[in-house]
Amino acid sequence: MDDVDSDEFKRRRRRRSVAIAWALAALVVLFFIVTLVRLGGNVADRTF
Amino acid sequence: MADISQSQAQSYDAALDATLGGDVGDYLALLKPRVMFLVVFTGLAGMVAAPEAIHPVLAIAALLCIAVGSGAAGALNMWYDADIDARMTRTASRPIPRGRVEHSEAVAFGIVLSIGAVMCLGLMVNWLSAALLAGTIGFYVGIYTMWLKRSTPQNIVIGGAAGAMPPVIGWAAATDSVTLAPIVLFLIIFIWTPPHFWALALYRSGDYARVGVPMMPVVAGEAATRRQILIYSLILAPLGCVPAFIGLGGVFYLAASAVLGALFVVFAVRCWREREGDTSYRASKQLFAYSVLYLFLLFAVLLVEHAFGIGGGPLPPLWTV
Repeated sequence: MDDVDSDEFKRRRRRRSVAIAWALAALVVLFFIVTLVRLGGNVADRTF
Repeated sequence: MADISQSQAQSYDAALDATLGGDVGDYLALLKPRVMFLVVFTGLAGMVAAPEAIHPVLAIAALLCIAVGSGAAGALNMWYDADIDARMTRTASRPIPRGRVEHSEAVAFGIVLSIGAVMCLGLMVNWLSAALLAGTIGFYVGIYTMWLKRSTPQNIVIGGAAGAMPPVIGWAAATDSVTLAPIVLFLIIFIWTPPHFWALALYRSGDYARVGVPMMPVVAGEAATRRQILIYSLILAPLGCVPAFIGLGGVFYLAASAVLGALFVVFAVRCWREREGDTSYRASKQLFAYSVLYLFLLFAVLLVEHAFGIGGGPLPPLWTV
């Protein structure tokens, strides 16, 4: 059996993929909150 | 014979590990988490000591970028130094020498995180702090790791500038400017770095000599290194008190920095006087351990004073900077 077919290889790949997914999700949340903070006052106080 | 078999078995394990790819923990180890902690901590101190308040969300975002930038620089350092890391006791168990992470993966990881950290800091906070972070990563990898480390015993003196930048970046993130005040914080870490690393090099000089890294004890000898450590410590002790005179620290900080600085000199004197056998080994090891505690406590006091107003806040400045 090749190493790439082994359970250990799949376990490590899955853990890496899950970690990347969490990091990307955290970035999305961070960008969203930072956008709210940076826009916040400017949007509320805008003139039409 | 047994050694050869053991060595072959280790090589096989390393090769197998490389085929399997690293685990998440191996990639985290590439980021040098302990260094990252001190970087974030000093960056936070610079941010909190700044005269302008930064929104907590932006502060967290900035610290995250500083942490990732520091980790990325660490990963690139481990990639470039993998050959010597493998032959040094202190670093042989790092992910690349152990075969857990490939060279190409480490360099890609470091570059992607560097660019990501700088871009995110620029877009989310400000471009001055992002430019300082980019310069710091570039200096640490390009100037210190690739050039100075293997070519001069002054490697960590000049290279220390990279490790001294986090308070300046934190200050720039909060104020979008750099004044002389954060430069004082920079100078404290800059002057602290040589005695810190030379104390380590004194009891690890065999390691450095074996791989040809010209650390001070290897090139100039232990006596000269101990003298240099003492000189830097004598400069550091009063320099550590300066924030109290420029409106950065209060009474609490002044007292703490004076006591901590005096203790630093005591440990440096012991390191200078104890030159033989186990006591000399112990003295340099204790100085190294204390130097980490010194920097942590110095910035912790600054942080606590500013964040919680303990000690009545900063003293009126003798000099305006």
